[in-house]
Amino acid sequence: MLNIEKELPSFRLRVNLRVLNEFLVVVGPSGAGKTTLLQCLAGLQRPEEGEIVLKGRVLYSSTGRVNIPPRLRRVGYVFQDYALFPHLTVEQNAAYGMKNRRNGLEVQEMLEMLQISHLARRYPGQISGGERQRTALARALLAGPELLLLDEPLSALDYETRLKLRGELKTLQRRWGIPFILVTHDLEEAFALGDRVVRLERGEVVWSSSTRKRPDCTIRHG
Amino acid sequence: MVDEKILMPALLSLRVAVLAVVLAFIAGVPVARLMAGRDFPGKEVAEAVLTLPLVLPPTVVGFGLLFLFGKHGPLGLLLEKLWGVSVIFNWWGAVVASTVVAFPLLYQTVRASFQSVDRNLENAARTLGAGEWRVFWTISLPLAWPGLVAGTVMAFARALGEFGATLMIAGNIPGRTQTVPLAIYAATESGENRTALVLVGIMTLLSFAFILGVNLLSRCRLKRWTTEGNRPRAEQSP
Repeated sequence: MLNIEKELPSFRLRVNLRVLNEFLVVVGPSGAGKTTLLQCLAGLQRPEEGEIVLKGRVLYSSTGRVNIPPRLRRVGYVFQDYALFPHLTVEQNAAYGMKNRRNGLEVQEMLEMLQISHLARRYPGQISGGERQRTALARALLAGPELLLLDEPLSALDYETRLKLRGELKTLQRRWGIPFILVTHDLEEAFALGDRVVRLERGEVVWSSSTRKRPDCTIRHG
Repeated sequence: MVDEKILMPALLSLRVAVLAVVLAFIAGVPVARLMAGRDFPGKEVAEAVLTLPLVLPPTVVGFGLLFLFGKHGPLGLLLEKLWGVSVIFNWWGAVVASTVVAFPLLYQTVRASFQSVDRNLENAARTLGAGEWRVFWTISLPLAWPGLVAGTVMAFARALGEFGATLMIAGNIPGRTQTVPLAIYAATESGENRTALVLVGIMTLLSFAFILGVNLLSRCRLKRWTTEGNRPRAEQSP
């Protein structure tokens, strides 16, 4: 599904992964290239070599000279600081990426599922970190992605909220049936969340595990 | 008498400043957006050219405009050919002068505010399927709003006070091109201190009211995002 190379200031990012409908966690120290990896997948950065294929659609291919822009990739991205639009309410944030923006019911259902429907008319500056996280999730999922990327989504939260959201993230992934790729530097979190955990160091996958048996998933080291 | 010496310059100044700001806004916002974006060869040179009218003496700007818009100047010829009009020694000349000197102030402030918009927010909008136009209208522009307001206010103040370049390109024709700053100068020169004083008062009040008004407006808008509702900026609870 993805096989990319990109030169970073002090090393070369070289990743070759196949992701199924699973919760994949990429763990590694700061500066290992985790965020760059996600940004390449979302189209916010451009790899130098390789290819990215999502459900048969070529998103990037250096040999085929394909580089689909982010807006057409259908790759959801939950940013580390959530990147909520501060001038839009929770509801407006959530509905931003919807194809059919008039479908208020769908937004309502999503907000209810994530337990933030009572905050619909609040602005991001008026809600807590956990609530912002849920808003960012609602927004990313309502855009109908075929892959969801999460960049250290829990790192800014306190311990209790983190535990609670971990469970919810797992449930969401099962419910949506699309691959989630989450990056974190926290090993405990990685194993709590991931169906599979891969460790990235200086741009290379140095280790991978399967916390649940999935004989059909393969991983080749780049 | 009062009409001629006070009302006419005041109305003319207002008309000139408003038009100049509108023109500077229409030209300045897209250019600012462009310059706030990615680097391109010659960006520094372009930046310097765009800021030049801010640092040049008004007489130099006036001379330049006379050259460009004069009878044999490239833009003067173009205007004459296309619409048969000239901006020399009529109030449009004052508009042109005010626009040119107000532009850098608006441009600089707006560019800085576009640059201060978090790139991640624009990227987030892109991953949600928004094209560049939608990103601009729904994210960059509303978030850069306070800077746009500030830039507009400063440009308006500068346009209202424009003297040197206006004198050179539009002249000082009472009732036609004599804006308030020119009228104040003329009144002082001819010893009509009362007229000058009234004009000074109008100018000061007008500028003050305008700046206060837009400042309050932009503040209300900013406040709404952060403190409306009964919960203060709470931290990390689910």
